[in-house]
Amino acid sequence: MSFVEYGDTIKDGDTAIVFLGHESMFPVKVQHGTVTQTKYGVIRHSTDLIGKKYGSKVTCSKGGWVFILHPTPELWTMNLPHRTQILYSTDISIITMMLELKPGSIVCESGTGSGSLSHALIRTVAPTGHLYTVEFHQQRAEKAREEFREHGVEHLVTVTNQDVCKNGFGVSNIADAVFLDIPSPWEAIGHAKSALKAEGGRICSFSPCIEQVQRTCLAMEEYGFTEINTLEILLRVYNVRTISLQIPDLGKAAEDNSSAGFDSSNPSHQGSPCANLQQGTVQFKSGVPLREVVGHTGYLTFATKS
Amino acid sequence: RKIIFEKQWFYLDNAIGHIYGTTFEVTSGGNLQPKQEVEETTTETKEAGTDNRNIVDDGKSQKLTHDDIKALKDKGIKGQEIVQQLIENSTTFRDKTEFAQDKYIKKKKKKYEAVITIVKPSTRILSTMYYAREPGKINHLRYDTLAQMLTLGNIHAGNKMIVMETCAGLVLGAVMERMGGYGSIIQMYPGGGPVRAATSCFGFPKAFFDNLHEFPLSKVHSLLSGTFATETLPTDPEDNALVEEESNGLTEEKQASLQETEEEPSTEAAMEINPTEEQETMDINAEDVEFKENKENKENVREKQIKQWERRKKLIEAAALLREKNADGLIVASKFHPTPLLLSLLEFVAPSRPFVVYCQYKEPLLECYTKLRERGGVINLKLSETWLRNYQVLPDRSHPKLTMSGGGGYLLSGITVVLDKGKSDSSNPEELKMEEPSSKRCKLQDLPC
Repeated sequence: MSFVEYGDTIKDGDTAIVFLGHESMFPVKVQHGTVTQTKYGVIRHSTDLIGKKYGSKVTCSKGGWVFILHPTPELWTMNLPHRTQILYSTDISIITMMLELKPGSIVCESGTGSGSLSHALIRTVAPTGHLYTVEFHQQRAEKAREEFREHGVEHLVTVTNQDVCKNGFGVSNIADAVFLDIPSPWEAIGHAKSALKAEGGRICSFSPCIEQVQRTCLAMEEYGFTEINTLEILLRVYNVRTISLQIPDLGKAAEDNSSAGFDSSNPSHQGSPCANLQQGTVQFKSGVPLREVVGHTGYLTFATKS
Repeated sequence: RKIIFEKQWFYLDNAIGHIYGTTFEVTSGGNLQPKQEVEETTTETKEAGTDNRNIVDDGKSQKLTHDDIKALKDKGIKGQEIVQQLIENSTTFRDKTEFAQDKYIKKKKKKYEAVITIVKPSTRILSTMYYAREPGKINHLRYDTLAQMLTLGNIHAGNKMIVMETCAGLVLGAVMERMGGYGSIIQMYPGGGPVRAATSCFGFPKAFFDNLHEFPLSKVHSLLSGTFATETLPTDPEDNALVEEESNGLTEEKQASLQETEEEPSTEAAMEINPTEEQETMDINAEDVEFKENKENKENVREKQIKQWERRKKLIEAAALLREKNADGLIVASKFHPTPLLLSLLEFVAPSRPFVVYCQYKEPLLECYTKLRERGGVINLKLSETWLRNYQVLPDRSHPKLTMSGGGGYLLSGITVVLDKGKSDSSNPEELKMEEPSSKRCKLQDLPC
């Protein structure tokens, strides 16, 4: 296993994702002789996990079963231990594309935080790129280093423990892209510019508040960045449900009622097989939005140095 | 070579040797290279009104007539100066608020100062361009949706990907960019060959194409049932017809690049974006085009045979790769109904790998979701959509620009798992049952995981 390379079978020392069903999962570190408790019973690593294929169904002691999944940055994002607020895959995906990241890219990031974005960046720039990430909180920096080691990606990342606003990224003229997720990004724009390659590169700053965005945009303009563009991306998830709506009784005769039912179902779902009439109801499939969704994560400001 | 862009025509010769991101001004015919940053020459008339209570739209505020402006343009006067003249001859300009003046200047600059910036092709540029210019060709796949696909699909170097797309090769190109030439891609194509018009815009090195394979969609069934035999291919009546149709043994790359050169002038003529904003022009490798045209002229039987043989060899390779049934992911973005594609193509994907299906409409994905649940072998199914909002950020003038929603399409994603073969028939209801109580039990026991 590695976060940057697929493996077929589960090995000692791997990080695996235990999938319990319906969005409920957690990561485990696979170790000989260790056991993991789940609500379906115990998983014994030596016999139940090691040597098995990723994606297998594992039966636990109480007869229930779980799936063991290969780790990916996206699964890690959903399951990592939070040390800070993190970036989720929706924002990460647009950041990766708008920063034009690909294998071989050199990226600077600050702060490292919980490493949610870091794992995704490393995945994208591997095997020839590199991530320089700066975190001013010593324990968080240390913890991140430890995780990168455990996940087999330490050769692709350098964690520096310093204040990016004062001391910069510790590198200059080598980055293809810079990402900032700090409270006062405008103070780091100058350092970002010097970290980027002389021939240019892309920058992105993530801020929850519009006032932060304003100051950042002004700073970017001042430092000669072009193509400044601010956007926001929101994820909408839909539950797939079979809905049945009752046909109102308008006091008509039974035959009329049934034909009316078919009529009302037909225009909205042409010949849909699930639209059958049962005891005066019409059934159909629908994508229902979740009751509560994330309304705002942060504004993403992109710009080009050229 | 003459290129038309935004009602302007020019030659690219002068642009060679400059770094990407350089801004050019168009003169009559060729390209001129002005400074990166045009120093603010407009000596700000620091006079400005506070509101528009006295500004009346009488249509006479501009003292220059239409003919005057045309005369200025014909004289070949710099756009910058024309703008300056327009400002000086506007009676209301001084009464406008500072912000309105700013807006006025920007609008005029857009019209008269024709500048273009030449940038390097990337997924960002090309997907934004295609969505703005030719959304129909890419099934209205918005760029943020494409970004989601690449992330949800865990596309990275070393993967063995299966891609089925009818998005002019844009999705293929995006996947290739993210894989950086490491690993392999099998493109499933409908009809006579894969379309790669957008792919060729990326300007990938030749090495990236070494591990790019293609396999006809119409052979998937025979490959799955084990009746696939490449020897029968040339005698296959359907295939023969297709080969003839394409005049020349069909090398897909050639086909795509020809298509591209044909398309380009019309595409660019149709571009309707203001010339001051960043613009994209693909650099066209002239040598490449010539080379391919030459090759096409040499139409002889022998070459045809060689091509057919090469094609068959590639097909056998692709078939062998698929037969291993260990692909690291599946990406589908096509004009076809996604359900049959997914039910068949997922057979080639290894367990614990992500798959993503794009569809312009939600309803087919609802059906696909249900069918996949019945089939089993997939978990964490998610139907989603993203909304994208752009902002104008200026001092005291920050607000959302436009909301884009609906038009960006929908995604269905999930992860493959080992399919329970022993009870594949009975597993369906069980799986569904399993899913429900698990969440209920979770609440009852509330064990810390």
